[in-house]
Amino acid sequence: MSAAQAPAGSVDPYKIGLGRPRERSHAMEHAGGGLASKRIITGYGFWIFLLSDIIMFSGFFATYAVLVDNTAGGPAGRQLFDLRNVAIETACLLMSSFTCGIASIGAQAHRGSWFYGAMSATFVLGLIFLGLELHEFAGMVAEGAGPGRSAFLSAFFTLVGCHGLHVSVGLLWLLTMMAQVFAKGYRPDILRRMLCFSLFWHALDIIWVSLFSVVYLMGVAR
Amino acid sequence: MNGSEDQSEFDSAPGDAQAAGVEDIDGIGIYLAGLGLATLLTIVSFFISSTTLVWGPSIPVALAVLAIAQMGVHLVFFLHITAGPDNVNNVMALAFGLLIVFLVIAGSLWIMSHMNHNMMPMDQIMQMQR
Repeated sequence: MSAAQAPAGSVDPYKIGLGRPRERSHAMEHAGGGLASKRIITGYGFWIFLLSDIIMFSGFFATYAVLVDNTAGGPAGRQLFDLRNVAIETACLLMSSFTCGIASIGAQAHRGSWFYGAMSATFVLGLIFLGLELHEFAGMVAEGAGPGRSAFLSAFFTLVGCHGLHVSVGLLWLLTMMAQVFAKGYRPDILRRMLCFSLFWHALDIIWVSLFSVVYLMGVAR
Repeated sequence: MNGSEDQSEFDSAPGDAQAAGVEDIDGIGIYLAGLGLATLLTIVSFFISSTTLVWGPSIPVALAVLAIAQMGVHLVFFLHITAGPDNVNNVMALAFGLLIVFLVIAGSLWIMSHMNHNMMPMDQIMQMQR
């Protein structure tokens, strides 16, 4: 081993991952990468969960698409859906997705006013969405168009209700995240949970996009 | 930021704003662009569903295309899924998920439409049961 290959003062003459980050990354490149950081692994694992959740929703979407014409003489979507209501719901969820993005930026930047303000806005918008959806459901059940009326309505309530259930869980999670940041600060593990929450919330909005297109807009245009 | 230098060198987590090269409040621009595009696509969707300007049977196709476009906007601008080398794992998982979603939905519709087509009309079934 000559002195030229291992310069004096170097902690990592064989570039196996010791020493300064610059050298470590060089070694990692040549070795095909080491273990990724915990944040990346957590985010990736949650991404896999979200994809499995989307696959579960695809089952409900397939059921709905198969059963949409089986109204058993009862009301079809055209008579039941109020597009103005759906437009407000869509606006709420889209805005809440945006404010959730701001909240995750605020958490990363450790800015309390951004984080708490945006999270509160997300919560209020999500609550408005949920209220409008429950109001719509209650109105339909009162009209005698409950989930027991026809196969179409069973599929409709299952699909839209499952999304609503996800939003409810998301709202509880949102409050938990605010409380955790308040009590424990911007620790790396809390920020990882915040990353998962924002992924969850954005995924809910993606599912809502296909929901309002397939169920409501196509149901009225049909 | 905590440990951000070794994150940018390798993979990036889905939804991580740092993946797009932004670490601070400046990252809001990406979300604003996403919000604008998504709003535009949503408005076009709602407009098309209730207009008579478009040929009727093309409306569901247009709605499906707009919905897929909007989901793409959400994935890129909100979830920060990119085509970059640090996102290969995320994109591969997404591609597999989409394959399964396509198989479930298209397969169900295809099989069930054939079964409906081949089924005896309901009044004839009723007659046979007598």
